[in-house]
Amino acid sequence: MTSQILTSKFDRRRLMKGAAALGAFQVASPFLIQARGETPIRIGMVDPLTGVYAAPAGNEVMGAKLAVEQINAKGGMLGRQVELLVEDSANDVGTGVQKARKLIERDQVNFMIGDVNSGIAAAIAQVTAEKKILHIVSGGHTDSITGKDCKWNVFRVCNTTRMEANSVSDLLFTKYGKKWHFITPDYAFGHTLYSACTDNLKKLGGTVTGNELTPLGTTDFSAYLIKARVANPDVLLLLVQGSDMINCLKQIVQFGLNKQIHVAGTQQELESLAGLPPEARIGIWMFEWYWKQPGVPGVEKFVADIRKVNNGNVPTARHWFGYVSAMSFALVANQRKTTDAVKLAAALENFELPDDVKLQPNKVYYRKGDHQLMTSAFVGEAQSKGKDDPEDLYRVDQVVPGDKTAPAVGDTGCTIQWPA
Amino acid sequence: MTQLLLFNVTNGLIIGAFYVLMALGLSLILNLSNVINFAHGGFLVIGGYIAYTISPYVGFWGALLLAPPLTAVIGLAVERVLIRPLYGRDPLYSLLLTFGLAFIIEDGTRFIWGPQGKPVTIPPFLAQPLSNELFFITGYRLFMVAVVMIAVALLFQLLRYTRLGIRIRAGTLDLETVAALGINVQMLRSLNFAVGIYLAGLSGVLAAGQLGLEPTMGTGLLMPSFIAIIVGGIGSLPGTLVGGLLIGVASGLTAVFLPAASEAVIYVLMAVVLLLRPRGLFGEEGMMS
Amino acid sequence: MSAEQIRKLVLLAAIWGALLLAPYWMVPLGGYTALATRVLVLGLAAMSVNFLLGFTGVLSFGHAAYFGLGAYGAGLTLKFLVASTPLALVLGMLLGGLCGAILGTLIVRRRGVYFAMVTIAFGQVFYYIAFQWSSLTGGDDGLRGFSRQPIDFGLFKLDILSSADNFYYFVLFCFALVAGAMAFILRSPFGRTMIAIRENERRARFLGIPVERHIWIAFTLSCFFMGFAGALYALVNNFADPRGLHYSQSGDFVMMAVMGGMRSFWGPLLGAAVFVVLQDYLSSITVNWMSFVGLLFVLVVLFFPRGLLGFLQRSKA
Repeated sequence: MTSQILTSKFDRRRLMKGAAALGAFQVASPFLIQARGETPIRIGMVDPLTGVYAAPAGNEVMGAKLAVEQINAKGGMLGRQVELLVEDSANDVGTGVQKARKLIERDQVNFMIGDVNSGIAAAIAQVTAEKKILHIVSGGHTDSITGKDCKWNVFRVCNTTRMEANSVSDLLFTKYGKKWHFITPDYAFGHTLYSACTDNLKKLGGTVTGNELTPLGTTDFSAYLIKARVANPDVLLLLVQGSDMINCLKQIVQFGLNKQIHVAGTQQELESLAGLPPEARIGIWMFEWYWKQPGVPGVEKFVADIRKVNNGNVPTARHWFGYVSAMSFALVANQRKTTDAVKLAAALENFELPDDVKLQPNKVYYRKGDHQLMTSAFVGEAQSKGKDDPEDLYRVDQVVPGDKTAPAVGDTGCTIQWPA
Repeated sequence: MTQLLLFNVTNGLIIGAFYVLMALGLSLILNLSNVINFAHGGFLVIGGYIAYTISPYVGFWGALLLAPPLTAVIGLAVERVLIRPLYGRDPLYSLLLTFGLAFIIEDGTRFIWGPQGKPVTIPPFLAQPLSNELFFITGYRLFMVAVVMIAVALLFQLLRYTRLGIRIRAGTLDLETVAALGINVQMLRSLNFAVGIYLAGLSGVLAAGQLGLEPTMGTGLLMPSFIAIIVGGIGSLPGTLVGGLLIGVASGLTAVFLPAASEAVIYVLMAVVLLLRPRGLFGEEGMMS
Repeated sequence: MSAEQIRKLVLLAAIWGALLLAPYWMVPLGGYTALATRVLVLGLAAMSVNFLLGFTGVLSFGHAAYFGLGAYGAGLTLKFLVASTPLALVLGMLLGGLCGAILGTLIVRRRGVYFAMVTIAFGQVFYYIAFQWSSLTGGDDGLRGFSRQPIDFGLFKLDILSSADNFYYFVLFCFALVAGAMAFILRSPFGRTMIAIRENERRARFLGIPVERHIWIAFTLSCFFMGFAGALYALVNNFADPRGLHYSQSGDFVMMAVMGGMRSFWGPLLGAAVFVVLQDYLSSITVNWMSFVGLLFVLVVLFFPRGLLGFLQRSKA
């Protein structure tokens, strides 16, 4: 019921930096003689733990914490224990950048994870590139992070908007029809997702009946839905996310629009489906990862481990993003026996994730040309209630490999420039 | 085109009705106590979460009946402990206090119920549109408008005919004289605050059915209420009523032609009103007849 | 020199000493230079708000808008016009100041609660413009793609991009300029008039002082200062984003001024230092830091309305 996901780990931090001892410790630490095996390796994580993205951010942190626990249980990184230092970006760029600098300059982190908010992720990437810290973007989707703004030290786990659009376009076209109407959130993520979808639609020979650009945080979608209805499309694509998605779907179902027009979209998340009343859990979507994958190695254990720290609830894609990010650092560091960012960045290129980390059927690897993780798209349909499990709110129909949904490296606009 | 316009004007009135409910509560508190209640959105959220928590036991209708008074009780406690010390002081302090209170409420609700949005179900017979044509007029939205109309009517009756109401109106005009006449002004302000918070709680229950229930949902609804009050004229409850409806319609219509501006247009409206008639549409002194 | 004057000089010397040596004493205490820079910039903003609030007695709760406008002005200059830091600062300041001047004419006739509400609402207008005009401002993603440029003094270049310490001293220099201007104005006859208006507006009016005009000038000046602080902020982050214009940011600035002490010149800087450091520290150790910050607001308002410096002054008297 509560979201006290951070307290137990923070006791350790608080111990380390007790208020009165803070100054003394900071002065003493350079002089404390510590064996190399004792200095912990630090992973910094910046995420918006307060604000509208608090739910996905909190889940990412939970996943990363599980990873760090498992890494330490197996002996840590390079024989040293790993510490995860989490900071709240409060969904504000200034704060996010400040926390990133704090983690790097004061806390001397070796690695960085973050942020859910693409804008903040990009701003932090500037800092990590400047300071030569290996950085994995766990949850920010804007294409430019592994596109025209790609950097040698930045990798990304979650899908790009192109990948998401490519995963469902064919299906929606053949199944529902060629007249598409869009409800698009008015920011970079929405715009790029819309372009990606419409490019595909045009290639398939369909038409766009309209695009409703909705400001972020719109609570009442009625005006846009009125316009959509009047345009009479075959399918209404909802590109909005988070609370916008919840409000929009709720209103669509209350208006009975889903009985007249097919409802679908691209990215959908378990957090949103869980926040909807059962009758509003409809539509064809893609998930970036789903918890119910019978027969796929490692998944059951992951689900069980997360349930233990998540009030019995199953993991979402966000948990998996955090998990993979932290694990990736450990895997390459232990493989190459170094913490040097340049060497490890090179090691991550074309690095393939093992079964117990990728937790999905296809081959999953960080593509060399743009540092994008080729992770699969779980295409399927929302359902109001699972047959066996109250949290099984999504029926997966296909798992499309990442390198089939991702555009060619040449089309992403990314050219990686390594430091001299 | 005319159909589209008509639809959107009607839709705007429905949206506006909701703003009216929020804005009236805010206006009541502002007029009598000179307090800008930044935490009003927070009380809306509390109302929604209380409804969510008790509805498994008392159903939707029970929640609708019980959650607002429970929220009002919390409001009474807040007024007694936190706001009462600030009367007579510079309005700056109550502003800062309610501002901090809003933080505490947002974080508190996140702490108690978690950041994950909560699903709220409304009675199925309400969750239907009137017809295929008028699909955006669902039973629930009509119900909301009905509730608002009843609440507004009751409020105006309260203010017009009951002793409490008359005292509140008198207090808005001249609190000193009211105190001199021997009326317990402390109690008056508390009850007035409670009525305002009751309206916020009621808005919260209604909102929870329509929107996703999560800790940050109150913040986006606070600003339109402010604007409704400024446009209608500070000190005038009928003004607030008209103001709320006006911005609802303006917002709804703009969404048709220029969706990016649909939220900004209410600020433009406010600027225009302030330029042409600085005291708002219905004047500054509390005219509540 | 009287004892009073000596005390003031000593205090001034102590403050400047602490500011000049900040990168050296902060680090051993668990701080970091970027934090000090942030305190300076936000402190300057709080002092600008206080110029209006503490010294003229006018409550503007939407002042962050001009701060944000300054940030965007600087960012847009660096991104689209000329890669020059001084120019960015000047243009940012002008953008914030001019918008303030224009808006000021609309609202100076109002007072008290109404004035506060209207300033909030107008602040939000700018927030929405920044948010929605995404082709220019980047919308929710913010304005990116620029960074603070090294300053060319002809003989040598001051690299303020990669050196945190260099940048801190640069900001300190800018801070000194603006603080000096503020102090100068407050000591002038105009400043005295502002205080007279704060103390008793009706009496000031009877004395023939054109109250509205003075308030408008004070408002405009404070907006220029805010714009400058905002421009500096854009340089701190190499980023400008709409949240800097939101009324919650305004609330933070007012709180810093109140917490430090509204009636004193340096109060807001102290308030900013406490607020920024506390928020930085709290958000690292608990996810519920918002409750603590909110609680701080409540406690300061109820028990320390005169702020820290006010509290200290009273205990001395």
